[in-house]
Amino acid sequence: MEMLPFILATVFTAATPLLIAALGEHVTERAGVLNLGVEGMMIVGAATGFAAAVLTDSSVFGIFAGALAGMALSAVFALMVLVFATNQVATGLALTIMGLGLAGLIGQGFVGQPRAAIPPVSIPLLSEIPVLGKAIFTGDFVFFLSLVLIGFVAWGLNRTRFGLLLRAVGESHGSAHALGLPVKRIRLVAILFGGLLAGLAGAYLSLIYTRFWSPGMSAGRGWIALALVVFAGGHVWRLVLGAYLFGGITVAQLHAQAGAIGLPSQFLSALPYLMTIAALLFLSISGRKGAGAAGSLGQPFVPER
Amino acid sequence: MSFNLALVPRREISLFRQVLTPVIALVVALLIGGLIVWLMGRSPAKAFDVFLREPLTDPWALQEVLLKSTPLMLISIGLIFCFRANRWNIGAEGQFLLGGIFGGGVAIATHGLSGPWILPLMMLAGVAGGMLYAAIPAALRNRFGISEILTSLMLVYVAELLLDYLVRGPWRDPKGFNFPQSVPFTDAAQLQPLFEGGRLHSGFVLALLAVIVAILVFKRSLFGFAVKASGEAPRAANFAGFNEKRITLVVFLISGGLAGLAGIIEVSGQVGQLRPGFGQGLGFTAIIVAFLGRLSPFGAMLSSLVIAVLLIGAESAQVSLKLPFDLTRFFMGLLLIAVLAGESLNRYRLEFRKEPA
Amino acid sequence: MGPERIRLSGITKAFGALKANDHVDLTLHAGEIHALLGENGAGKSTLMKILYGLLRPDSGEIRINGRRVSLPSPQAARAQGIGMVFQHFSLFEDFTALENIAIPLEGRIADAGLRAQVEAKARHFGLAIELDRPVHTLSAGERQRIEILRALMQEPQVIILDEPTSVLTPDEAEALFATLDTLASEGAGILFISHKLEEVRRLCSRATILRGGKVVAETDPRAVSAAELAALMVGEGVLELRPAGEHALGAPMLQLDGLSVAPDGVHGVALQAIHLTVQAGEVVAIAGVAGNGQSELYAALSGEGGRVTSGQVRMAGQDVTRRDINARRALGAAFVPEARLGQATLPQGPLSENVILSWHATESLGRWLLDTVRIGTVARNVIERFDVRTPSPDPLAAQLSGGNLQKYVVGREIERKPQLMIVDQPSWGVDARAATHIRQTLLDLAAKGAAVLVISQDLDEAMAMADRLAVMHGGHLSAARPVSALSRAEIGLLMTQGESPARGAA
Repeated sequence: MEMLPFILATVFTAATPLLIAALGEHVTERAGVLNLGVEGMMIVGAATGFAAAVLTDSSVFGIFAGALAGMALSAVFALMVLVFATNQVATGLALTIMGLGLAGLIGQGFVGQPRAAIPPVSIPLLSEIPVLGKAIFTGDFVFFLSLVLIGFVAWGLNRTRFGLLLRAVGESHGSAHALGLPVKRIRLVAILFGGLLAGLAGAYLSLIYTRFWSPGMSAGRGWIALALVVFAGGHVWRLVLGAYLFGGITVAQLHAQAGAIGLPSQFLSALPYLMTIAALLFLSISGRKGAGAAGSLGQPFVPER
Repeated sequence: MSFNLALVPRREISLFRQVLTPVIALVVALLIGGLIVWLMGRSPAKAFDVFLREPLTDPWALQEVLLKSTPLMLISIGLIFCFRANRWNIGAEGQFLLGGIFGGGVAIATHGLSGPWILPLMMLAGVAGGMLYAAIPAALRNRFGISEILTSLMLVYVAELLLDYLVRGPWRDPKGFNFPQSVPFTDAAQLQPLFEGGRLHSGFVLALLAVIVAILVFKRSLFGFAVKASGEAPRAANFAGFNEKRITLVVFLISGGLAGLAGIIEVSGQVGQLRPGFGQGLGFTAIIVAFLGRLSPFGAMLSSLVIAVLLIGAESAQVSLKLPFDLTRFFMGLLLIAVLAGESLNRYRLEFRKEPA
Repeated sequence: MGPERIRLSGITKAFGALKANDHVDLTLHAGEIHALLGENGAGKSTLMKILYGLLRPDSGEIRINGRRVSLPSPQAARAQGIGMVFQHFSLFEDFTALENIAIPLEGRIADAGLRAQVEAKARHFGLAIELDRPVHTLSAGERQRIEILRALMQEPQVIILDEPTSVLTPDEAEALFATLDTLASEGAGILFISHKLEEVRRLCSRATILRGGKVVAETDPRAVSAAELAALMVGEGVLELRPAGEHALGAPMLQLDGLSVAPDGVHGVALQAIHLTVQAGEVVAIAGVAGNGQSELYAALSGEGGRVTSGQVRMAGQDVTRRDINARRALGAAFVPEARLGQATLPQGPLSENVILSWHATESLGRWLLDTVRIGTVARNVIERFDVRTPSPDPLAAQLSGGNLQKYVVGREIERKPQLMIVDQPSWGVDARAATHIRQTLLDLAAKGAAVLVISQDLDEAMAMADRLAVMHGGHLSAARPVSALSRAEIGLLMTQGESPARGAA
C-alpha cells in the first residue's frame, strides 16, 4: 500500500510525455494533417531543452526552449505540406530522420551531464488526501500543465469556433475551401501546436523523466504517441486512457526487469512496441476501427486558382 | 497587402526537368549542409573534399562505395514496389536485420562445416527472414485494416532487441571475451571477393540483377502495371480486378525479401559475424535513396551510388574532420525534404501573387 | 423588376489556353430569378465561382448595388450579401446540420442561440430540417435545405444556386421552386444555374445563355421554345437519337434474383431483394434520384464491391454472385463505371496503358511481357472509331475533356465486343454532342444483339434510351416496364415514394 502512490507517480511520469505529444498530434490530425515527424520533433525538443537548461542553468527555461524547438521543426513540415503540397507520409519521415541527426548535433556536448530535478509542486489540501492525494496532486509543473492541456484541447476542439473550423477543415478541405475557410492558415496553427507539444514532450523526457541527455533517447515514443492518436479514434478521453495505460506498461516492464522474473530483458524492452501493435489490433477487432479519423487526413490540398 | 503562394499545375513535365530535379535537390541540400559545416567552424571546402572527392578518386574507397551501395540498392528497389503501390513499408531496417539473423543463423548452425551449399542456403534464409517479417504488417493491414506505417516501424525496434538478445544470449561466441557477438563465420559462410586482393563481392552483382529485373517489371509486366495502378488510383485497380490485398502482400514480400537478402549479404560479405548495430540505419537511408531516385529502379541504382559516396565520405570525415555522423543523418533528412520539394515543383509551378487587401 | 443588384461586365478568366469565361456580361436585379444556362463546360461554374470569390477574374469588373467591388474570398462575397447553394462539396458529412450552418457564419458556434435563429428562419420559409442529425444520414433534399438555410442565415441580397434540382425528386424540386418564389418576392435576386430547359422556362423571367465561355444570348425563357433555347446552348442544331430498328430479343444476359446487398459503410444504402432481367438486344434503364442505391447496384453488378447477403447475379445464364469482375468479363460482360477519371481510367496513364485495365484478363496482351504494340493498336482503333478528340496521339487520360474521355471509355469496352454492357451514368457531366454520340453508340450496340443496362440520374436520358425502365428508390427497384407505357408523372411518383403504395403512405 505504501508503494502505490510511488508507483502511480512513476506511471504518471512515464505517461506524461506520451500524453503531451499525442495531444498535439491529435489536434494536427483533427485538422486533416498527418505528421509522422513526432519522433523527430520530440527528440529535437529533448536535446534543445537539455542544452538550453544547461546553458542558462534553468530547467524551466529549458522546457520552454524544447517546446519551441519542436515547433520550429514543425514549421519546416508546415512549409512543405502546406506550400509545396508534398506527400505527408514521406515528409514526416524526412522530419524524423532530420530531427534525429539534428538532435545529435545539438546534444553532442551534453552527453552524460546530469541535471537536478525541478522541485515538485504540491496542490494544497488535495495533496493531503491519504494514499492517492500525494500521487496525483504532487508532481512537476509540466504534469499539471498536461492535465490543463487535456481540458484545453477537449474544450478548444469541441466548444470553440476555432475548433469547429479546425475539425471542418480536417473533415473536408474541399468543402472548407468552397466556403472560404482559410484551410492553410488553420492547418498551420494545428501543425505548429502539434510541434510545440511534441517538443514539450521531448524536453520533459530529458529534463524531468531521465534528467540527462543521450542520443536516441526518445526510443520510439513519438511513434507510440502516433499510435495513441489512432487508438483514440477522435476521442480525447480515449487518448488519455491510452497514454496512462502505456505509462503503466512502461513502469511494469521496468519493475519486471529489476525484479529479474526470468524473461530476457530484451523481451521486456520490446513490450511497449508489441503492445502498440496489440492495441491497434484490439481496436480493429473490437470494431471501432477508423471511427474518428478526419475525412481528409493525409490528403495534399491544392486549391484551384 | 498580403502575399500568397500558390501551386499551379504544369501541363507537361519535360524529361529534362524530371532528370534535373533530383540533381538540383542534391545540390541545394549540399549547399545547406556546407553552410552548417561552416557554422560548426569547419571548412566547407575541406568537407566537400572528404565527402565527395576522396571516395570517388581513391580506388580503395571506390570499392567501399560499391560495397555500401549494395544493400542500399537492394532495399530501395524493394521499397519502390511498396511506395509505387502507395503502401508505406517504413520498417525495411527491421526486415534487413531479420535477413541477417536468419541467414546468420544458418551460418552459426553450420559452423565448422564446409560446402558450396552453405552460402546459397544462407541467402535463401535471409530472404525468407525478411519476407516473413514484412508479411506481419501486410497481414495486419489486410486482415485487420491496421496502418502498415506504424506496425512496420514498431517491428524495427523489436528486431533490434531480438538481435541484441541473440548475440548476448544463445548465439554469443563463447570465445568472444563476453563481447555481444556471434562466432566469426568461416570462409564457407562468407561472400568471397570477386577478384584477387579486392573486397567487392558478388552481392553487388545480385543488386544490379535486382535493378534490371525491376526495370523490366515496371516497364513491361502486368504486375508492374497493377502495382502502379493500385498506388495511383485504387478504384481503377479495383475496376481492373487487381486484388488489393494480394498486391499489398506481394509488394511487402518483395521488399521484405530484398531487404532480407541485403541483410544477409551485409552480414556475410562485410561484417563476417552477427553483432548489434550491423543495420547502421541502412533500411531508413534506403527510403531516401528510393525517393532521390524518383521511385524508378534505374534512378534508385544511381542514387544508391550517390548516397554510398556520402556515407563513405561521412566515415572518413568522422576521423579526419571530427564531423559527427549525426551531421550526415541530418543531411539525409534534409536531402529527402529537398527531393520532395523538388518533386512538387516538378508537378506545379509556384506562383507569387500580390493581393490588394 | 427591382433595383440592380449585380452587374458583371467583361469578365474573362482563362485556365492555361482554355478561356472558361470570355468577356461575360450579366446583370441581376432584386426580386428576379435569373437563369444562367449552358452546357457542361460552357463556363457557368467558373462565372459563379468568380461571383462567390472562389476564383479571381483575369479582367472585367464586378459591381454590386452599383459599387465596383473586388471579391478576393467567399467571406468578402458574403459580406457583400451574396449567398451560395452548392451542387456538391460544401457540407461536412460527419457534422450535424446545425454545425454545418454555423461554420460559414463569422463568430458563431452551434449553440442554443443559433439554433433558435435557424429554427425561426426555417419556419418562415417552410423548410423542415432536423438540426441534430449528422448530414450523412440525410437525404439529398434535406441536405439542400441545409445549404439553403445556411445561405439564408446571412440575409443575402443575392443567392446563387448551382444546378439545384439535379439531386431532387420532382416533388422536392417543386418545393424548392416555391421557396425561391418566396425569396424573390421578398426582394432577393436569384441566379439559377441549370441546363434543364423546362424548369428554367417554368421558374425564370430572364436567362443568360453561355456557350464556350461567351454569352450567346440574353432572353426571356418563357418567350422562346425549349428547342430554341437548346439550339442557343448547343449551337448548330441539336443531334437527335436514331432509334434502333426493329430487332428480335435474345436470351436473358443478366438476371438478378432477389439480390440483397449490405450497405457499404455508414454513408451507404442497402439493396433489398432486387429482381431484374435484361435480354440480349434490349436497353433497360434504371432511373432514380442519386444516392438511392445506384452505386451499390453498379458495384454488385460489376463485382467491384458490395457484400451480397442473399440472392443471385446471373450473367449469360451462369451464377456470378461470388465471382470477380474479370470472371464476369470472361462471360461477355463489359462495364463503364460512374467515375471516368480514377475508376475507369488511370488519370496519369496514357490512353494506351489504360487499355490494360479492362482488357488484361480476357484479351491476350502478351504472356510474360506486355505486348505494347498490340495495346497501342487497340487504343488507336478506339480513338478513331469512337471519334475521341485528343491533343496528342497518346495523351494521358487526365488531358482529355470529360466528353472525349467518356467516348474513349465506352469505346474501349465496346471494342471488346461485349454481349452485356452495364453503364453507370453514361453522359454525366458530358457536353450534349458527346452525350448524344455515346447514347447512339449504346443503342447501336443493343441493335446488334447485346444486352445493355443503363443506370442514369438523368430521367430524360433514361427515357430516351430505354426499351424498358425501372426506378430505384431507397434500395428498392421497381418492376421494369416498357417506356412507352410509362408517363413522367408515374416515374416521378416512383422516384419519390417507391413502388408499394403502402410504403408511400407511411
